[in-house]
Amino acid sequence: MMSSDSEKPDADETQVKATPTAKKPEIELPAFEKSISDKIVEKFGDKVEVTFVKEDRIGIKVGRESIHDVAEFTRDVLNYDHVESVSGVDYPQDKEIEVVYHIGSYSDSSLARQILVLSTRAQREENPIPGNDATRLPTLRDVFYSVEFHEREVFEMFGVYFEGHPDNRRLLLPEDWADLPPLRKDFAIKGR
Amino acid sequence: MTEKFPPGLALQKVDERIMTLNVGPQHPGSGHMRIIVQIDGDYIVACDPDPGYVHRGEEKMAEYRNYITNIPHLERPVIHDSCNVLYPYVLGVEELVGIEVPERAKYVRVIASELNRCIYTMYWLAIYGIFLGHSTMFMWPAGDRELLIDLMEKMSGARVTHAHFVPGGVRNDLPPNFEDVCLRQVNYFEKRIKEYSAVFYDNPILIARTKDTGVLSREDAIRLGTTGSVLRASGVDYDLRTKEPYDVYEELDVHTNVMKEGDSYARSKVPWLDMLESCNIIRQALQKMPKSGSVRTKLKPNPKGKGLNSVYKRVESGRGSLGCYIVSDGKTEPYRLKLSVGSFRNLIALPYLLKGEKLGNMPSVYWSLNYWPVEADR
Repeated sequence: MMSSDSEKPDADETQVKATPTAKKPEIELPAFEKSISDKIVEKFGDKVEVTFVKEDRIGIKVGRESIHDVAEFTRDVLNYDHVESVSGVDYPQDKEIEVVYHIGSYSDSSLARQILVLSTRAQREENPIPGNDATRLPTLRDVFYSVEFHEREVFEMFGVYFEGHPDNRRLLLPEDWADLPPLRKDFAIKGR
Repeated sequence: MTEKFPPGLALQKVDERIMTLNVGPQHPGSGHMRIIVQIDGDYIVACDPDPGYVHRGEEKMAEYRNYITNIPHLERPVIHDSCNVLYPYVLGVEELVGIEVPERAKYVRVIASELNRCIYTMYWLAIYGIFLGHSTMFMWPAGDRELLIDLMEKMSGARVTHAHFVPGGVRNDLPPNFEDVCLRQVNYFEKRIKEYSAVFYDNPILIARTKDTGVLSREDAIRLGTTGSVLRASGVDYDLRTKEPYDVYEELDVHTNVMKEGDSYARSKVPWLDMLESCNIIRQALQKMPKSGSVRTKLKPNPKGKGLNSVYKRVESGRGSLGCYIVSDGKTEPYRLKLSVGSFRNLIALPYLLKGEKLGNMPSVYWSLNYWPVEADR
């Protein structure tokens, strides 16, 4: 009796404590999106980190060594079939550059609304030599053909070299551009 | 040899048989971009698109301006379709800041967005016509476009760059009597564009030049990640207005136009069918729109995102899905803003389609991609 009495208020207290900090995530998470992210977590365990699950959008963060496997898994098992957008985001304070793939599906109608936001981070060099420094990631072009031009853009704008990409040339910038990759935070617009 | 050069520069061997041609960036047949084609006799053996001549760094500029002052410059990539270019940005900021949009504003946005889709498509159609040597098809759309531009001028005060959408709604309410004028103009516009089929789409010369040229199969359209009219012309039923309806598209009856051929003819016809559908949507929206009410929820000065947060919103623009990825770090400016535009995504299909085509088919294939160089470069 004593023990059960003392346990009960304890359990209540933890519940009360847990609810405001976690903002009831279990109830608000949309079920379909949760099932997809669960499949990825089940397969890859702690190699992946689910950053957010909200309506129609799932955020997955992976290390550079497993991004290729995760992308293949999303294509072969989860039926995603094209990449809409590849964006770089510069985080100078973390000494990292994040590359974000927005992956969608045309062929699976249940995924038509869904976007899988797959992100990974590359090491950032203070004095970049694009193509010849440690800022490198494996390419996803052999998984999703549609990333070809997007990855070329990220290479020139952030200096992230994609290993295995067949065509790592400049796309939008002039061929003789010799300044910093322009979308990095330390490239400042003149007068600003 | 080539390894000594930095990435992007390489020596090229000169072949006796293969000739390399630069089409653009000043060539009137390519818009503001260069297409490097290698031809063997009359046939294209390789093609390397070289965009970037109108790259303005919109994404970099956006990091220096706050969420409101970003509006006028973000519509510059496609000034003819300025409402649709702003649409995903505005939806994204609304989610970041957490603001509700009044019901009437949602309908006004849908009407403006559909009018802009038609304005853009008419401009594109005019160009498509003139580059196929059909000058009537240049004059007619360029003239009929004015009907809708007048409507947008009444609605927003500006003829081309409207800057009409703002987070929280639209900038101004509709002028009195707008609904009647809009309905009249749109009905007349629909009657006019139906006449195009006799002079253009049923024209044996157009059919001879575009049928079975640049065929993109359904599988390849999906694999290459194409979007918009290019995707729908290859038989994929995908339109964000029905697949992921935003604002009030859910309450409207939107029909997706799909053609199975995947050739230049289909790619040139789908946008025209979309314009007819837009007229239907505008009529429905005019009927269902609340007759009065607010059109704008006022934001506080200098709206901020909440902490480190990101949002990806997309809409169906005149050139396909247009996504806007905003990363916010809680400041008044976006930390990073990325526009994923239809033109850029469809460009990847160009080398693929031109390989093996005759050089004379290049304009019809290139312009059928619904490609807008300024948008692709951003």
